[in-house]
Amino acid sequence: MEKTFLSLPEKPYRTRGGVHVLHKKNTCNCESVIMPCPKKVILPMVQHIGTPCKPVVKTGMQVAIGDLIAEGEGMVSAPIHATVSGRVGKITKIKLPTGHIEDAVILESDGEMRISKKIKPPVINTVQDFLNAVNTSGLVGLGGAGFPTHVKINVPDEKHVDTLIVNCAECEPYITTDNREAIENTDNVINGIILMIRMLSLDRAIIGIENNKPEAIKKLKKAIKECKEKEKQKICVLSLKSRYPQGAEKVIIKAAVNRVVPMGKMPVDTGCIVMNITSVAFISSYIRTGIPLVSKRITIDGSAISEPKNVIVPIGTMIKDIIDFCGGYKEKCGKLISGGPMMGIALASDRFPILKQNNAILAFNEKDAVLPKPTDCIRCGKCVQSCPFSLMPVAIEKAVKLNNTEELERRGVMDCMECGTCAYNCPAHRPLVQIMRQGKSMVRNTSKKQGV
Amino acid sequence: MEENLLVSASPHITSKASTTNIMLDVIIALVPSMVASVVIFGFRAFVIIVDTVFVSVLAEYISRKVMKRENTVYDLSAVVTGILLALNLPVGINPIYAAVGSIAAIVVVKQMFGGIGNNFVNPALTARIILLSSFPTAMTTWAAPFWYKSGTVDAVTCATPLALRNNGETVAIKDLFFGTTGGCLGETCALAILIGFVYLIVRRVISPIIPLSYVGTVAVMSLLFGTDVLFEILSGGLLLGAVFMATDYTTSPINAKGRAVFAVGCGILTYLIRNYANLPEGVSFSILIMNILVPLIERATSPHPFGEKESKNAKV
Repeated sequence: MEKTFLSLPEKPYRTRGGVHVLHKKNTCNCESVIMPCPKKVILPMVQHIGTPCKPVVKTGMQVAIGDLIAEGEGMVSAPIHATVSGRVGKITKIKLPTGHIEDAVILESDGEMRISKKIKPPVINTVQDFLNAVNTSGLVGLGGAGFPTHVKINVPDEKHVDTLIVNCAECEPYITTDNREAIENTDNVINGIILMIRMLSLDRAIIGIENNKPEAIKKLKKAIKECKEKEKQKICVLSLKSRYPQGAEKVIIKAAVNRVVPMGKMPVDTGCIVMNITSVAFISSYIRTGIPLVSKRITIDGSAISEPKNVIVPIGTMIKDIIDFCGGYKEKCGKLISGGPMMGIALASDRFPILKQNNAILAFNEKDAVLPKPTDCIRCGKCVQSCPFSLMPVAIEKAVKLNNTEELERRGVMDCMECGTCAYNCPAHRPLVQIMRQGKSMVRNTSKKQGV
Repeated sequence: MEENLLVSASPHITSKASTTNIMLDVIIALVPSMVASVVIFGFRAFVIIVDTVFVSVLAEYISRKVMKRENTVYDLSAVVTGILLALNLPVGINPIYAAVGSIAAIVVVKQMFGGIGNNFVNPALTARIILLSSFPTAMTTWAAPFWYKSGTVDAVTCATPLALRNNGETVAIKDLFFGTTGGCLGETCALAILIGFVYLIVRRVISPIIPLSYVGTVAVMSLLFGTDVLFEILSGGLLLGAVFMATDYTTSPINAKGRAVFAVGCGILTYLIRNYANLPEGVSFSILIMNILVPLIERATSPHPFGEKESKNAKV
């Protein structure tokens, strides 16, 4: 087969819909601070999409940072490592923010943050070595989805991937961790990209970044300039419009390479792999040092937080401990969100641990916590205009009310990514994301009944 | 330790847009037309507007109360309906007739179908048609502009520009543009309507698709059939209908393509009714007819979900 040369995009391609949300990137200039060692960390066995892990430690065992705590089970899973040094405490069931109850290993820290002696950089000779290394590193998609990375980059033979899209769009308000990653960890980002290009024999890598991060763009561009000629030709920084949800996988693919992911298919079907910038940088640092995924940069912000910060914390740290580190609550907290305000999950309390895929904790005061009351739909069509996937939320809501699953499927409810643009724009404040989820579960229940 | 925090589905922030704000914007956009109507047709125009607005709001309040539903007066949609109805009436109309129109619009057309967002035809336009068939003489007696300077509202009358044309007379374009002709309160002054149109576009309350395709279609039809294009656009209720009635969210399609089809349909019907039918109701009837067709238009024109085409191609 003749190899065609793929050019690097100069301008982003057109994407549909979306909305200008207030950026609120209050912490974009806050250099990350490392949080002092917490007294205990809780490591749930589910910190990824897929099968839960199985603990390999027993209560009372001594562990150091990087020691294996739990093994991945099955194909889609990612191992979990000790994130502090100390003693293994109880292994118990805890409730996760999603409402699921799962096993968790509690580590009681000795405060020394000793790194395990067993840690050594992985030896990479073949592509398979590389994939195995990514697997053992415990890496999951750090942008928020938590999909095990080794599964994502293990491309089946019949599929051809030519492009890596490094997602640094960070279109959610408040969150600035990817921005800080690009600024503070530029070398690892670029090395990770080069590694990915080499290992997966890609044609090009495009760093998609919203244009509200000028400092990060400048630094990345400078770093690319300093690369070797051969690599320079394959990597570019693509400045995207600051328009939510620019960082959604299918949207950023359209914006970067003008390809459309067919309904119900994956990015890999269009020859693209989309990876979060922090994930890419982590691969590089793991290959160099051999330290698995044990810490995470988290943006702490919101109207109820005393001192908004970017904090690097051991995974499993209690949210309460991190907020205390940020000066505690300034006002009575009304709503606590894990993730951004557009897609994040509201937490019932601050007694949850930080998971691998978390990137922000936002605490809002009681005034900001309450959303306006929904009124009747006036059919203004703003939801239809703003949907990045050309869905018609207003029609889907009607189908949900009528319990019409056939219509729901025809309207593409299963393709909704729950970005929340429709609900954000709705002048009647209809809870459209909730309605979409309801529609999805209706469709799922029907297909279960039919035995499909 | 914070416990029992508020938990809700994402998103956790919303835009500042609200139904009330949108309606307020429409009211602001209608102010130039209201002012123009008072200037051209005198204080009596003001009385009619206050009358229809007051009765509309009262009717909304009472009907919600009777139906044991939440009070929706604050969304200001009844005010908009009241103003639009007044702007669609001749200045000489008995205020009691106008009040009947308000009640018909709010109670029968809007609330009986479930209130805001659920009516399938435009309340103000339907009320106008109801009044026209109930009180045909009162609804077709047009006071002359500035009648209040020379006599009573019933004595100083004139014909509408479209009626004049059908009798072979001509009307100056200047009079049409500034509204110094016979007609409904709000339909005569094109300038005032255009100011409102620009405001609605700037505030992004409406998309220009419907007004432009509506008026554009009428212009093309008139070119094809050889009538005076400018006269056709500026006379009658076309501009008022295209900017404020056909763009009604509830009774027009929600998607861009559907809106274009809807507006082109309105344009064709308006032109045909005006030039080939006996009733003087081109705009009202064409918008109402197209209102009824909205569900069909939407069904035929709804957008394809992202990647649907590609997934079909992939299967082949």
